Amino acid sequence: MTRVFISRDSTVLSLGANQVASALQQACESGGLNVEIVRNGSRGLFWLEPLVEVETTAGRVAYGPVQSQDIPALLEAGMLEGKEHPLYLGNIEELPYFKDQNRLTFARVGITDPVSLDDYLAHEGYRGLRNALDMSPQDIVQQVTDSGLRGRGGAAFPTGIKWNTVLNAPAEQKYIVCNADEGDSGTFSDRMVMEGDPFVLIEGMTIAGLAVGATQGYIYLRVEYPHAGAALNEAIEKAYANGYLGDDILGSGKSFHLEVRLGAGAYICGEETSLLESLEGKRGLVRFKPPLPAIVGLFGKPTIVNNVISLASVPIILDKGGEYYRDYGMGRSRGTLPLQLAGNIKYPGLFEAAFGLTLREILYDYGGGSASGRPIRAVQVGGPLGAYVPESQFDTPLDYEAFSAISAVVGHGGIVVHDDTVDMAEMARYAMEFCVEESCGKCTPCRIGSTRGVEVIDRIVEGRQKDMNTQLLRDLCDTMINGSLCAMGGMTPFPVLSALNHFPEDFGLDKASDAA
Amino acid sequence: MQDYHLQKNVVAKILAEHESMPGNLLPVLHGIQDALGYIPTEAVADIADALNQSIAEIHGVISFYHYFRQTPPGKNTIRVCRAESCQAMNGKTLEEHAKKQLNVDWHGTSADGEFSLEPVFCLGNCACSPSMTVNNEVYGRVTPERFDEIIANYRGAVE
Ligand SMILES: Cc1cc2nc3c(=O)[nH]c(=O)nc-3n(C[C@H](O)[C@H](O)[C@H](O)COP(=O)(O)O)c2cc1C
Ligand code: SF4
Ligand code: FES
Repeated sequence: MTRVFISRDSTVLSLGANQVASALQQACESGGLNVEIVRNGSRGLFWLEPLVEVETTAGRVAYGPVQSQDIPALLEAGMLEGKEHPLYLGNIEELPYFKDQNRLTFARVGITDPVSLDDYLAHEGYRGLRNALDMSPQDIVQQVTDSGLRGRGGAAFPTGIKWNTVLNAPAEQKYIVCNADEGDSGTFSDRMVMEGDPFVLIEGMTIAGLAVGATQGYIYLRVEYPHAGAALNEAIEKAYANGYLGDDILGSGKSFHLEVRLGAGAYICGEETSLLESLEGKRGLVRFKPPLPAIVGLFGKPTIVNNVISLASVPIILDKGGEYYRDYGMGRSRGTLPLQLAGNIKYPGLFEAAFGLTLREILYDYGGGSASGRPIRAVQVGGPLGAYVPESQFDTPLDYEAFSAISAVVGHGGIVVHDDTVDMAEMARYAMEFCVEESCGKCTPCRIGSTRGVEVIDRIVEGRQKDMNTQLLRDLCDTMINGSLCAMGGMTPFPVLSALNHFPEDFGLDKASDAA
Repeated sequence: MQDYHLQKNVVAKILAEHESMPGNLLPVLHGIQDALGYIPTEAVADIADALNQSIAEIHGVISFYHYFRQTPPGKNTIRVCRAESCQAMNGKTLEEHAKKQLNVDWHGTSADGEFSLEPVFCLGNCACSPSMTVNNEVYGRVTPERFDEIIANYRGAVE
């Protein structure tokens, strides 16, 4: 029996992976070849997908990108024995793009069968949970604090502090909520974990439950991710059936229950308080803080709200210790970040690396420059509320503080690349328009300000009273930053102002003010 | 428009299934839309009744979320991504092409009832922009030509 791996990741499916798998299946059946096709996650080298990896005596050998019509020739060439062919890539783990990573959270993604509990256990799965079951809640939280892990969902708040608050909030019932709303353009790391290694998220949430005394968890999943939902539900079912979830986890007498809930296409529901409203069955209006969700959260009870990657990083911290994780990174940005390269880039994909790489290294060494072959002009880091970074700042290292020093954000680690054909006034206008569409409507600066923002940008571009309207746009941004209740209104000015400051010529303004 | 009498049982069944679930409104709405393709106006009163909320509250929730719809969709729903990564790879051209080919604007349904066109902000497929989905299938690197091929396949598909 030869094991062959073809991904079930949505992006790989979008490139024809199912057709490749069924072509192989059919060819093997009619040729009497004994092959087991494993549908794994993706290793994240998307320009090589669909990838076909064959388990041979000499290790896993990859071919890609493979289309279904390539299958007969590949079999003919001896693919099942790992032989040469124009699509032959050798061992993926030897390619620099893969080899230079620090895969902690993504250690298994692209390697294992995502919904096989046996595979998970065979690849160091559930070791963190086993450790946690022998520890006091305080000690679990201490490990997370020691790791230096900061929330990967955007705001980069220290996870250990958040957990400690919930731990110390006395209540009959507490909740763990996983924020799987991943609405940011250019981000897909949450999706890849959920599709490629759902057990690691389940394990992380279970550990969180033990840490703070929460017996119920919810994964709030965006409706745009049906494949993630399927993988999660299948894995949850297996975890229950094998005693990893339920009323008596591995015979410890401790309980944790977990359920997936679907969102309904509202970006603002990624904001944590809006997400809680939505989970409670209401419109996703942002709540005033305080009280923090850690004290008064879901159904009024103390609640941990954490991003998928934050929670999926917990098992390795509990397995190898907080210090092991903290030893990666720079400054106050500890551990690793799954970076996501998207947009106009030659080698788009996901790679997990310790904090500290510069944007330039990421864009050119990993990304290979633009896909169009034209100069890269602007990159937006951290989703639609993140600033546009010009070439002059490409030497900034990926680090929360370094980015904040240039008025940018690392956010969720998504990087969207634009070449020199981009119209930055159009991108600024789009940022305002997005806010008009997606604002929850609770406060005026965001709700009305964004609509006014679109109008003012239009006037500047049309050349009507340019100076006055530019001043008006800056004032408006100021009001939104200072007067908005949440980061939707408070950060929409980031892409707008960065476009205006770094690319004034696109607005028909003088280039001179670049330094502003 | 369908006769609500035929749909009422489906709605009642979904409401019963979710009766004891905390925060059950979104799961109920998803259940109805999955079963019927949309949330009929008449269902709002039934939902309000079962959940002990006002019709205005339920309506407020439905209209808040982009995903829920109150009119029947076409046979297939096309969602085209309008977010930044897709824009960086000529997504605008795809958007315009889709509208022109189907002769609809966003949220419209083609005259033959085959396709509804919805905008979406990111499908998590940004590494292969521009992206779209048809029903639950994701498509990456969609050029106008590829769009036409994909659509032709769905049009040709026999139910
Ligand atoms: C408009 C808006 C959208 C957000 N979307 C997401 C999201 O999709 N996923 C996410 O994890 N956090 C998102 N956040 C951040 C959350 O509010 C919150 O900080 C996060 O879920 C906390 O988890 P963490 O500490 O693990 O990062 C968003 C915030 C805002 C203001
Ligand atoms: S800033 Fe916008 S999204 Fe945030 S609370 Fe105010 S209106 Fe709602
Ligand atoms: S921006 Fe289009 S799929 Fe993410």
